[in-house]
Amino acid sequence: MTDDDGWQRLHPLTPLMRGGRFLLVLAAVVGQQGLRQLDQINPVQVGLAVLGATALAVLVGYVAWRRTRYRLTATELQVDSGVLTRRSRRVPLARLQSVDVVRPAIARVLGLAELRLEVVGGGSHSEAPLAYLTEPHAQLLRGRMLALAAGRDEPVDAAAVPETVLVAVPTHVLLVSALLGPPLVATVILLLVLLVLLGLRDLDTLPVVLAVLPVYLGILSVAGKRVLAEYGFQVAETPDGLRLRHGLLDTRSQTIPTDRVQTVRLRQPLAWQPWGWVRVEVDVAGYSSRRGEEEAATNALLPVAPRALAEALVGRVLGGPLPVAQAPVPHRARWRAPLSARRLRAGLDDRHLVTTHGVLTTTTDVVPLAKVQSLRVTSGPWQQRLRLATVHADTAGRRLPGAAAHHRDAAESQALLMELAARARTARRRASR
Amino acid sequence: MGSPLHLGDDAAGDWLRPAPGLLLLRRVECLLLVALPGSAVAVAAGVLAGPLQGLAVLVAVALLTALALLAVDRRFRAWGYAEREDDLLVRRGVLVQRVSVVPYGRMQYVDVTAGPLDRRLGLARVTLHTAAAASDASIPGLRAAEAARLRDRLAALGEARAAGL
Repeated sequence: MTDDDGWQRLHPLTPLMRGGRFLLVLAAVVGQQGLRQLDQINPVQVGLAVLGATALAVLVGYVAWRRTRYRLTATELQVDSGVLTRRSRRVPLARLQSVDVVRPAIARVLGLAELRLEVVGGGSHSEAPLAYLTEPHAQLLRGRMLALAAGRDEPVDAAAVPETVLVAVPTHVLLVSALLGPPLVATVILLLVLLVLLGLRDLDTLPVVLAVLPVYLGILSVAGKRVLAEYGFQVAETPDGLRLRHGLLDTRSQTIPTDRVQTVRLRQPLAWQPWGWVRVEVDVAGYSSRRGEEEAATNALLPVAPRALAEALVGRVLGGPLPVAQAPVPHRARWRAPLSARRLRAGLDDRHLVTTHGVLTTTTDVVPLAKVQSLRVTSGPWQQRLRLATVHADTAGRRLPGAAAHHRDAAESQALLMELAARARTARRRASR
Repeated sequence: MGSPLHLGDDAAGDWLRPAPGLLLLRRVECLLLVALPGSAVAVAAGVLAGPLQGLAVLVAVALLTALALLAVDRRFRAWGYAEREDDLLVRRGVLVQRVSVVPYGRMQYVDVTAGPLDRRLGLARVTLHTAAAASDASIPGLRAAEAARLRDRLAALGEARAAGL
């Protein structure tokens, strides 16, 4: 599969994998139509049509596969693809933010994997997927790319890269934590509604239950998807950064270079408080929120863990212990944020800004000062009346665009702004040296 | 509670301001958007419903215009920017007051834009873009020469202090 210039092809089973996916979609559409018009169906015709369409899809897939090639040079990944419109993409490795090895369930059976790259710049075109490769080759390629991106010599063998497992999330903890989230809230609300309805004797409860049921099941299925995606969650440390492995059916192995982390968020829903659990999410520049749910399931650095463990991990990612967010807001902030004022805190050291906020879910945001893009102080009309202001530290994160210290004294806010600007400058210089 | 809050008063000693032409521009826009259509409505009311109604609408329009002009005036006075050694400070806003600090090294690119009215008055807007979506360093109503100077200086400083993501 390799010619003299180092150009390589994707795995030959790629068209079949793509065709198989197409067949599934087709079967779903045909099946739906067929159920509606059971009497007018000629099974032979339908069979032939499906067979023809699939053959066509595989043929198109084959041509596309023939026209797709890739090559890794010392500085960039080059991918040429496209049948009618030719596309030649060059991904500079210096811009690489993270590399994921994704293995959908079907691909796993065949020993295949997909390589997804994230580069700086965001948007829907920020990724350059290579699908499909053999699993060992995908690992090897990832190791090489990350090594080249970091300016190191190539690792001899991807399997030989030292990897220390830092945290593994037990399955029962993941299950319980998922159930204690939205499903718990939904169940409580549903039960309350039912109780009220039972109180009103003359009302027929069945239609109401039937109406609410799909929403309820939807919430359950979202939680279920989360469990599937985060099953067996493992965080390991490698020279390339943190390696996350997770997933039950579709497994995913992400590598996050720790020096590219823009923002970290620790979330603690109310129902997790008795156990002291938190969820850790990270954002690296360029991780675009393109595939909605799937992406939402993968922004976790750690889906659930005791707070001490989570904070130790975050300290490891950001290099050094975190400051404690303990500076409270003035008492008068209660007039502006009655429910959350007592949770509003801020903390600062030479390298990090930490803020907490939230009403039901206690949220802690951490911004490495070296990653700050801009700083702002804002004060709305009601805040001005109370002489309060909010300090924002903006980063290049897409889902977590920075941290904000809400409703602090106006004079203190302005001092904090200047202090942050000075410390961010020092941190930036230290980082670029 | 004392004097009204002015964010950024202590942040920089000498805030530079947009050209007075910006105030003129905003006043003209105000008249075009409020007084002109308002007067048309007043005239229509006068013709269709009677002179008294027309007069009432006219008074309302006049009041509204006066308020708008007052707001425009205050907003103009709120604008300010300061070039410090390592970052650009921008302050703005009356209802929502804002002070932004953008390090030169974080700049991705600078835009200078000027609409038709801006050009007539020789004004331009300079906008600084960073990799963060929330950054809002944008200064309107600069004289064309000052806008060009600021753009070139920002671009030069940005290159000199560029830092990786």
